[in-house]
Amino acid sequence: MAHTHHAAVSRRRPDLRSVVGVTGEILITLGVIVFLFLAYELWFTGLYTAHAQSDFKKQLQSEWARPLPSPVASVLPGEQPGASVAPAPTVSDRPVPGDAIGLIEIPRLGSNYSYAIVEGVSTDDLKKGPGHYPGTALPGGIGNFVVSGHRTTYLAPFNGLAELVVGDAIVIETRDTWYTYRVTDLQTVLPTDVAVILPVPGKPKATPTKALITLTTCTPKYSASHRLIVDGVLESAQPKSAGPPPALQGS
Amino acid sequence: MYGALWRRIPGGLAGRLAGMAGLLISALALLFFVIFPIVEPHLPWNDVTVNTPSLSEPPSAPPASSVSPVPGVSSLVP
Repeated sequence: MAHTHHAAVSRRRPDLRSVVGVTGEILITLGVIVFLFLAYELWFTGLYTAHAQSDFKKQLQSEWARPLPSPVASVLPGEQPGASVAPAPTVSDRPVPGDAIGLIEIPRLGSNYSYAIVEGVSTDDLKKGPGHYPGTALPGGIGNFVVSGHRTTYLAPFNGLAELVVGDAIVIETRDTWYTYRVTDLQTVLPTDVAVILPVPGKPKATPTKALITLTTCTPKYSASHRLIVDGVLESAQPKSAGPPPALQGS
Repeated sequence: MYGALWRRIPGGLAGRLAGMAGLLISALALLFFVIFPIVEPHLPWNDVTVNTPSLSEPPSAPPASSVSPVPGVSSLVP
């Protein structure tokens, strides 16, 4: 009895060994795949964003170099729009979803910190760079200019937002103007707190009188539990012909 | 598992090395270009906005946000 039992075990041992071996190899493979996914998220997605950003910047440079389609860029406040002279709205009046609308520069995050802002906040838009919430104010406009960006993946444009301090400059570069905003507040809110992107944050019915900026990203890093919100207010609008604003010259 | 694969590829040492390298590259390409892009949107750390975009989108905006302005870029990562 003991003999047959021993024989059975020794006959089965190679099978058992190969089962354990194959299981081990599968587990090691899964572990390697997890590391590969990490590499994909933290590094490979950045290659895609870098490519898209470089295309956007070229596109902006060539667009800005071209003269405006119509010499009448805007209607004077006293005139009646649409009466006799109805100038076609310029590109910047209604950005095309998926197009670049300008550059964001934050000296605190490095003198080379410059990202093209894409119009739209869909998953596809945000893969290409920080995205402007459609329907919120445009750069320099009265209301709230809201931009969202990735914190850890896709080149992590908004990774450094937590390092900003009150008074830091956020510069938005458009076709003809540098808009310098100053950080007024950093806060952490829940993802459902949509009041932070209102024209007057926190006050749904209020009429906006100030030009504000709001940057949003996820916080803490690698989490979706909260959102980091950076608020700012417009300090100055300087035409491009006058050179870069003081906020950028110090760097 | 990998040992059996190694023994099954014909062509001596050079053929086996080439075969294994080919399989490895195919597996990596499958992961990076097909499987990871499918898995990624279901993971939480890419949520950076404060609500659903449709809430703040003007009703007159053309639904063209999924169209890449640069042909070819969108095909780099599906």
